Amino acid sequence: MEFDPVLISRLQFAFVVSFHAIFPVFTIGLASYIALLEGLHFKTGNPLWAQLSRFWTKVFAVAFGMGVVSGIVMSFQFGTNWSNFSQASANFLGPILSYEVVTAFFLEAAFLGVLLFGRDKVPRGTHLFAACMVALGTFVSAFWILVANSWMHTPAGAEFRDGILHVTSWTEAIFNPSFPYRFTHMAVASFLTGSFVVAGVSAWYLLKGHRVEANKKALSMCLWMILFLAPAQAVIGDFHGLNTLEYQPTKLAAMEGNWETQSNAPLLLFALPSKEAQGNLFEVGIPSLASIILTHHADGVVPGISEASPAEQPPVSIVFWSFRAMVGIGFLMIAFGLWGLVLRLRRQLYEPGLFHRTLPFMIAAPFIAVVAGWVTTESGRAPWLVYGMVSFAEGVTPSLSGWMAVVSLIGYMAVYAVVYAAGGYYLWQVVKGGMDGSEPGSDEAGAHPKRPLSGGGPIGDAAPAAPLKGDWT
Amino acid sequence: MDMIDFTMIWAAIIAFGVIMYVLMDGFDLGVGILYPLAPDEESRDIMMNTVAPFWDGNETWLVLGGAGLLGAFPLVYSVLLPALYLGVFLLLAGLIFRGVAFEFRFKASRERKHFWSVAFAGGSAVAALAQGIVVGSYIQGYQTENMVYTGGAFDWLTPFTLLTGVGLLIGYALLGSTWIIMKTEGLVQDWAYRIAPKLLAGVLGIFLIISFWTPLVDEFVRQRWMDTLSLIWLLPAGALGCAYLVMRAVRRRDEGIPFVATMGLFVFTYLGLLASKWPYVVPPDYTLYDAASAPESQAFLLVGVLFVIPVVLAYTAWTYWVFRGKVRAGEGYH
Ligand code: HDD
Ligand code: HEM
Ligand code: HEM
Repeated sequence: MEFDPVLISRLQFAFVVSFHAIFPVFTIGLASYIALLEGLHFKTGNPLWAQLSRFWTKVFAVAFGMGVVSGIVMSFQFGTNWSNFSQASANFLGPILSYEVVTAFFLEAAFLGVLLFGRDKVPRGTHLFAACMVALGTFVSAFWILVANSWMHTPAGAEFRDGILHVTSWTEAIFNPSFPYRFTHMAVASFLTGSFVVAGVSAWYLLKGHRVEANKKALSMCLWMILFLAPAQAVIGDFHGLNTLEYQPTKLAAMEGNWETQSNAPLLLFALPSKEAQGNLFEVGIPSLASIILTHHADGVVPGISEASPAEQPPVSIVFWSFRAMVGIGFLMIAFGLWGLVLRLRRQLYEPGLFHRTLPFMIAAPFIAVVAGWVTTESGRAPWLVYGMVSFAEGVTPSLSGWMAVVSLIGYMAVYAVVYAAGGYYLWQVVKGGMDGSEPGSDEAGAHPKRPLSGGGPIGDAAPAAPLKGDWT
Repeated sequence: MDMIDFTMIWAAIIAFGVIMYVLMDGFDLGVGILYPLAPDEESRDIMMNTVAPFWDGNETWLVLGGAGLLGAFPLVYSVLLPALYLGVFLLLAGLIFRGVAFEFRFKASRERKHFWSVAFAGGSAVAALAQGIVVGSYIQGYQTENMVYTGGAFDWLTPFTLLTGVGLLIGYALLGSTWIIMKTEGLVQDWAYRIAPKLLAGVLGIFLIISFWTPLVDEFVRQRWMDTLSLIWLLPAGALGCAYLVMRAVRRRDEGIPFVATMGLFVFTYLGLLASKWPYVVPPDYTLYDAASAPESQAFLLVGVLFVIPVVLAYTAWTYWVFRGKVRAGEGYH
């Protein structure tokens, strides 16, 4: 059986990067939250903040570890599977990714050690500083990688000479047209992810009556965040879409499921796009609404997919449906923000009820939205790696045969299956184990058990495993 | 701007990044490789605790190596990675397993703890072996045409590269054992003192075989070393001197010198390797200058890196200082 190395490489990239994406989007938000908790504790001395910070640092340690190892895989993917693309765009991507390493990854990694293991080794102010540096590092990292990614969508400030891209303007290339939207959209997505995870876990603890005082605070904070950020995300997303309309009209047309360029374009709620038919087999829509959203006129003209030849059209169904998944979840998030507000105004926010029972399920929502958003963005770029400049087929590694790509794809899937199943399990154990310390009133003793060193420490109340002798041989 | 030879500066920076990686991740991979030999479970806890705060920072030098090559010498990046495709997968799989083991091992129940010990040891060993194989394949050279790799999927897997793989594996284990000597006491330290000389003997043995074999594998290297008696012979002499220092310090039960001298051994060997191939970076066909990215890209990156790397070194040194001193049983940093 013959495998197409281009297709398998795309699948592999999509697989490893989607796995990777799940962790940054959580750790970026959580790092800032931990820095905030440390700051509040430093300022007020209230032990509840420390209790929250200790717990979430444990969770952070596990998630961050998984983010790092999957990220290291990413930095070699460009070379192993897309070597022609690497060679062609190295003049821009190389320096950008290197800047990410020296300004962000070193910062995160060095201060992570102090954040996780240094609580009692350095003064409290220094520990707070370490927490801030880790949080800063995650943002700087997101900045550079999104520069790289946005530039692949809207390549500015560069030109081809002898098959190699040369940078003509660093400012134009770095602050390329889609970058500001992508960066803000991603930053807000990270905060939303952090907020939904913390809110979901806090609500679950409140249902269980575990560490009630601390978890009330956490829940309240997160719901304020969600109340403001969820609508903000929709507005930013709208601007992001307008930018896409300008620079990648075919992608936007695919997101809308709009085949022919037309005025009074409807907003489709449901459709079955078909590339063979070059149209939708079935559709339900609201007349003129897409035109209104995109052009602010009912009779505004919206571009159609058929402007591009079938070979240059992205996979329309994937783009169409993943976009709807993201936006749907976005509106669900707004609804949860409002629901929380109503309960708060009625002073029922901390009374266990339906709200607290559904919030834990919402933990999955931001992750699904993020992966769906990336699938929209990235598949919508097809068949281009660098939009309009380097295609998938041109970018792939020439020496790569189909079977090699299949072997590595299956290999990554197997490794990730073991590692991430275990990681998910240990994260669940950390949450199930509950928070250290005690309810306010009693002192904080017991928060410093003697135990082997890992950022998370062993789970909950489980006693550290007694040394086992000679079980290796 | 044409006055400055950016390519040379970048060669120095990348060479520095690579040796930083080898030395720093070397000792923590070494600790993993030695895991199965450790005297007992408590020693394993201690051993892991000596590297837990540092491993992520150490591994970041590898990421810098990758990104830095893409930035300054893209040809190296886009030929070596395809050439080593399946080997790179093994390297990364190894790094994944050992990386997560730091967090997972201490969270696992008793039976599963063993699984993560194996993952830590196996992942470290596979990663070290794969890196040694890269060194060997680099000495062998790569088949290319028009700046594109044209060789087969397993060109990197030969008896010669396996030997360099095992060589680096034992070398890292030596680095790990001397690190353990420095960071622990009592039972673990005694054990490390006992195995360090054996590892050193292994390293020297393989070093010797490789030295005789390499000129046979590669005519270019033979000429460089044999035709004229030049200053580069000082490098292996320096390496042997360091080996002697390690030996003597271990016998005297010095605590810091074995580690420092082992680092010296690595530096001299590394410089010897660079000297063998200079100025080829994608042997046998392409030199530094063929592989370089555009001058404006090298310049753009250089501006930042020259400012940032010293800062990185400063705060990295600071974290080593925060966690200075011996690591004791049952004493985490919490
Ligand atoms: C918007 C955020 C974002 C995106 C789109 C990506 N990453 Fe990432 N990455 C991070 C945000 C991040 C982070 C927040 O900095 C991480 C995540 C968790 C972590 O541990 O650090 C990280 C870790 C991380 C690491 C390990 C760093 C270390 O050793 O500490 C590497 C090598 C990469 N990433 C590389 C990549 C590549 C090549 C990507 C593109 C294909 C990529 N990341 C997408
Ligand atoms: C972290 C979040 C990201 C996710 C979830 C993501 C997702 C995806 C997906 C699903 C594809 C496959 C599209 C298709 O083939 O139809 C893809 C392709 C690609 N993406 Fe991303 N992407 C992310 C970030 C990035 C970044 C930051 C870069 C570059 C700096 C990048 C570079 C690429 C490249 C080179 C491809 C082409 C290979 C392929 O088509 O699979 N991606 N990505
Ligand atoms: C509620 C309304 C939302 C709208 C209108 C919206 C709009 C968009 C648009 C138009 C894009 C594609 C940009 C392109 O053409 O490349 C996009 C991408 C993306 N969205 Fe959304 N979005 C919304 C909600 C969300 C939510 C709630 C999340 C996650 C929590 C999210 C996460 C993402 C991500 C990660 C991407 C890919 C990266 C990027 O291109 O920015 N979005 N969004």
